[in-house]
Amino acid sequence: MIEQIVFYAFAAILIVAATMVITVRNPVHAVLFLVLAFFASAGIWMLLEAEFLAIALVLVYVGAVMVLFLFVVMMLDINIAVLREGFARYVPLALVVAILMVGAIGVTVGPANFGADKVAIPAPHAADYSNSQALGAAIYTDYLFPFEIAAVVLLVAIIAAIALTLRTSRQHKQPKTEMQLRARRADRVRLVKVSGTVEQQD
Amino acid sequence: MIALSHYLVLGAILFCLSVAGIFINRKNVIVLLMCVELMLLAVNMNFIAFSHFHGDIAGQVFVFFILTVAAAESAIGLAIMVVLFRNRGTINVEDLDSMRG
Repeated sequence: MIEQIVFYAFAAILIVAATMVITVRNPVHAVLFLVLAFFASAGIWMLLEAEFLAIALVLVYVGAVMVLFLFVVMMLDINIAVLREGFARYVPLALVVAILMVGAIGVTVGPANFGADKVAIPAPHAADYSNSQALGAAIYTDYLFPFEIAAVVLLVAIIAAIALTLRTSRQHKQPKTEMQLRARRADRVRLVKVSGTVEQQD
Repeated sequence: MIALSHYLVLGAILFCLSVAGIFINRKNVIVLLMCVELMLLAVNMNFIAFSHFHGDIAGQVFVFFILTVAAAESAIGLAIMVVLFRNRGTINVEDLDSMRG
C-alpha cells in the first residue's frame, strides 16, 4: 500500500515536471523543472531497488549536467519572444502525436501484456543485499571492456568541449618563427681561442 | 502491488511528452536538448524496470552506460551551442541556415 502511494506520488511529480519543462516560458524555469523530474525518477528507481543508479542520477545529472545547462542558459542572452513564435501553432499537432503515441505504446506495454499476472512481481531483496556490489561485480567482470570504452567516451567529450570553446588569447608571448629560421650560426656563436695552461707533471 | 506495466506506461508517457516538447519548441535548441534528456530518462526507466522484474543486473549496467553517453552528449551539445551563439548571436533554429539545409 505504502509502495503504491510512493509510486503514484513520484509518477505524478514526474509527469507534471516533464509537462512544465516543455511548456514554461523561461528556459531557466525549464531547467529547474527538469531537475525536479530527475529527482522524482530517482525516487522511482529507488522503488525498483536500483539504489546506486538513483544516487548516480542525482549526483551526476542534477549535480553536474543540469548545473552545466543552467550555466549555459544563464550565460546566453536569448530572446525568448522570438523563440516562442509558432508555439501555439504546433500545440495541436504535438497533442495529437503525443496522444497517439501514448495510446499505441500503452496498448503494447499495458496490463494485457506486462500486467502482474504476466510478469511476476519479484520478492524484495534481503536487507543485506548490496545493489552497488552487484552492479560493480557485473561492470568489472562481464562488462569491463564496455566500461573502459565509456571512460574513453568521457575523455573524448572533455577534449571536444574544451577544444570547441577555447579561445586562444592574444596576450601570450611567442617567438617569431621567421626570425628564428633566418638566424645563422655566425650571428649567434663566436668561437674564442683561449690559451690554457697545462701543468707539467715530472 | 505495482506491476511492470505501471513502470512501462510511465516511461511511455514521459517519452511522448518529450516528443511533444520537440514539436512545440522547435526553435529553441536548449529546450530541444532538454527534451532529449527526458527521452533518455524514459528509456532508462524501462531498462531499470525490466532489470528489476527479470532479476537481471545487466539492465542496470546498460543504464550506467546510457548515463555516460548522455552526459558526454549534453557536454558537447552545450559547447556547440556556446560557440554557435558566440559566432552567430542566436540559437534560433530558423536562423541556423548557413549550411543551406
